[in-house]
Amino acid sequence: MALSGLFLVVFLTQHFLINVTSVFSEDIFNKLSHFMGTNPLVQFVLQPILIFGVIFHFVMGFYLEILNAKSRKNNYSKFSGGSNSSWISRNMIFSGGVILVFLIIHFIDFWIPEMNYKYVEALPEDPNRYFEELVHKFESPLKTAIYSFSFIFLALHLLHGFSSSFKTVGVDSKYYNLIQKGTFLFSVIIPAGFVFIAIFHNLTA
Amino acid sequence: MKLYLKIWRQTNTDSNGSFQNYEIDEITPDMSFLEMMDVLNEKLIMEGIDPVAFDHDCREGICGSCSLFINGRAHGPDTGITTCQLHMRKFQDGDSIVIEPFRASSFPVIKDLVVDRKSFDRIQHAGGYISINTSGNTQDANTIPIRKEDADNAFDAATCIGCGACVATCKNASAMLFVSAKVSQFSYLPQGQVEAKDRVLNMVKQMDEEGFGNCTNTGACEVECPKGISIKNIARMNKEFLKAKL
Repeated sequence: MALSGLFLVVFLTQHFLINVTSVFSEDIFNKLSHFMGTNPLVQFVLQPILIFGVIFHFVMGFYLEILNAKSRKNNYSKFSGGSNSSWISRNMIFSGGVILVFLIIHFIDFWIPEMNYKYVEALPEDPNRYFEELVHKFESPLKTAIYSFSFIFLALHLLHGFSSSFKTVGVDSKYYNLIQKGTFLFSVIIPAGFVFIAIFHNLTA
Repeated sequence: MKLYLKIWRQTNTDSNGSFQNYEIDEITPDMSFLEMMDVLNEKLIMEGIDPVAFDHDCREGICGSCSLFINGRAHGPDTGITTCQLHMRKFQDGDSIVIEPFRASSFPVIKDLVVDRKSFDRIQHAGGYISINTSGNTQDANTIPIRKEDADNAFDAATCIGCGACVATCKNASAMLFVSAKVSQFSYLPQGQVEAKDRVLNMVKQMDEEGFGNCTNTGACEVECPKGISIKNIARMNKEFLKAKL
């Protein structure tokens, strides 16, 4: 879980860095998207690894949840979880579930049309189509709201999961407090950035 | 103080338990929680009712015998204490108190509020020791230089009394805090290095076999631990485990 989570954080970072260019340069965004969409290493090596990482993270998350539930077959009649731990740390499966639903919507919005364009209909590649496609998706206020709502849950998921993954892989050094602060900033800034991009394109479309 | 108690009663491991309601009077704020339970039991005996079974021994926060999940929290509504260190001043006249046993599949109920924590013993037997001859010719520990920070960390980990509050409070019923404390108390010290690899592998294997859940780093165990064992020990154990595996 921790390793796949850290891997997905790396992917999320590169996804954000490419997307954020759409705010200030249509040309750079198109160039980067064209590179990512046509480079064989990205398409046929990194993309399958990413899909495997996503599926592995979700399957393991649900599997461990079921396994953990078996460790306490009889639940407490009164359980004050809020007195000793954060809500989000106890409900990662819930925030993860919301993100899973979001990912399905995201795949239907972007990935499936992209695969259809390139490999099913085999249309000629247009290096300038990406920006327009992106803006078109966020013309709908409802879609923008769904994306923004999902990124709030991504932020909550990251707020616990990112720093937690370091503990799981055994980071116990004196730099741990620094890591915690860094993961906190990442967990707030990156999802907020994605929300900003969605709202920006909705307002400027 | 007058209190309304809702207590889990269960005849034995195989029977189905249920909550029973009791009213108790004349409880003073200076009584300990276990003294309140004693008063209740005296009342029940006088009435010809089977007294409530609960674990206790030293009653000064050292032995780790007392358990109890009180009003939704392991060892009750306070932090850094065992149930025997909980006092009735934490409650108000007329309060309702829900008292349950520590619940985990690896801690089966023996009777009422008494649970079987022998799974902890079996984890200890799997590696929580050092094989040093202690038959009179042991080297003086003071002759072995140890960094103060390591000695302090080892001591802090060794203060774990194995009460099981970490398991009881963890949403996954994970025993990682207990096991990591037992691993760390040796791994910080040179005496513990000889068996370090086998220790962590065997203790984690035994922990998994006992059916404890997985740690998701909620930090609840650290808050409820009466000895304040840090979850940094869990990260340290994970590091030891990965090193041993690789």
